[in-house]
Amino acid sequence: MPINKVVASADDAVADIHDGATLMISHFGGPGGMPERLIEALVRRGARNLTLIGNTAGISNFGALEGQPYTNVSALIENGQVKKVLASFPAPRSPSTPNPFEKLFRAGKIELELVPQGTLAERIRAGGAGIGGFYTPTGVGTLVAHGKEERTFDGRRYLLELPLRADFALVRAYKADAMGNLVYRGTSRSFGAVMATAAEVTIAEVDEVLPVGQLDPEAIVTPGIYVKRVVVRAKEPKR
Amino acid sequence: MKKPGIEREIIAMRVAREFQDGDVVNLGIGIPTLASNFIPEGRRITFHTENGALGFGSLAEPGQEDIDLTNAGGQFVTLQPGMSFFHSADAFAMARGGHVDITVLGAFQVSEKGDLANWMLPERGVGNVGGAMDLVSGAKKVIVAMEHVSKNGEPRILKRCAYPLTGIECVDLVVTDLAVIEVTPQGLVLREVAPGWTATEVQRLTEPKLIVAKELREIEL
Repeated sequence: MPINKVVASADDAVADIHDGATLMISHFGGPGGMPERLIEALVRRGARNLTLIGNTAGISNFGALEGQPYTNVSALIENGQVKKVLASFPAPRSPSTPNPFEKLFRAGKIELELVPQGTLAERIRAGGAGIGGFYTPTGVGTLVAHGKEERTFDGRRYLLELPLRADFALVRAYKADAMGNLVYRGTSRSFGAVMATAAEVTIAEVDEVLPVGQLDPEAIVTPGIYVKRVVVRAKEPKR
Repeated sequence: MKKPGIEREIIAMRVAREFQDGDVVNLGIGIPTLASNFIPEGRRITFHTENGALGFGSLAEPGQEDIDLTNAGGQFVTLQPGMSFFHSADAFAMARGGHVDITVLGAFQVSEKGDLANWMLPERGVGNVGGAMDLVSGAKKVIVAMEHVSKNGEPRILKRCAYPLTGIECVDLVVTDLAVIEVTPQGLVLREVAPGWTATEVQRLTEPKLIVAKELREIEL
């Protein structure tokens, strides 16, 4: 029997996400790269006290087509399932339209670790690659340097940053095969291809699963070794 | 009545004059993005965006938008021959690793040493740092495009930034509606002033002492 990582539904794919889990959820900001069906399934599942790692804490009207709202990580925050967020862009641009995260943050009901975007990506990369930490010039002399070891190499100051790993990574890709090999589409690759490497269980939400052998091995971005489950985006309108 | 400086588009136009043929350029949200409309003729510029693309084309026409093809400001862009896509860790390896020639950002404040504050208004209590800290730490040249004073008329070029910093001693050039100012080891050098403005008038709206360039000119486009 060949390996088959395809599961029947988004609900099946997230069925073991437990209270207190740490999750990486791919996206840059808008609907591109956002695993909408997995997020919706996780809202239905209702796991609580989650820690979310991702570029934003859920913003709307970003890179979205007019009249086409999209599900984002705000759905989990609004549903009271999240205790902590690690993000580079947690709030909307304008303070006059706070997102669910900002409302809870102002009320002291959710924690934030603000991470510069490149540091976030590299911490996740390090987590997936078994690297124990790295020194980066990003953030030297700023608020994000607080409590971090600083070293100077060749006359330049660097901060020690530690790797990030998660229990689950929910990743949106374009096409997969049953072995979990993934390709992405355009700028929607952003965090997904990094997060896929850094979780105990990586779940990919894709448009299409092709027969094994149909994805060009030269073009595969995420090799199947990183992926545990694949679920196809339902074609019907979302619930 | 407040004496006008140059318009946002003109700031963007002046910024674009800094782009040299062959440069890889990353543009932040706001005035910086406008600079892509004003590339001097004959200069081939490759745009880098931290959500994972190099060499993208112009903004998409209505009806041609694709959610998998945006810049870091969430604007829809277009495919262009020679374009490439990559993941976030690579996008920032390019930025941190010195492969991006110029990054242009907006700002709240800039200090006389070139410190930049552009991500958080203290009274809000939460801010979006995005990729700014990474970009300013690695790009070869950091250009700030901003209004010279705040809405209340307070200087935004200061001895020390009052707002939380994005990076220290990172800014190379500041282009505002009133002036073009270079950050040098000796201090801030006033290179150009907006039409109708004098060095003395610009100094009055700038906290640190400006060194007036010998060949001070009107902003050149």
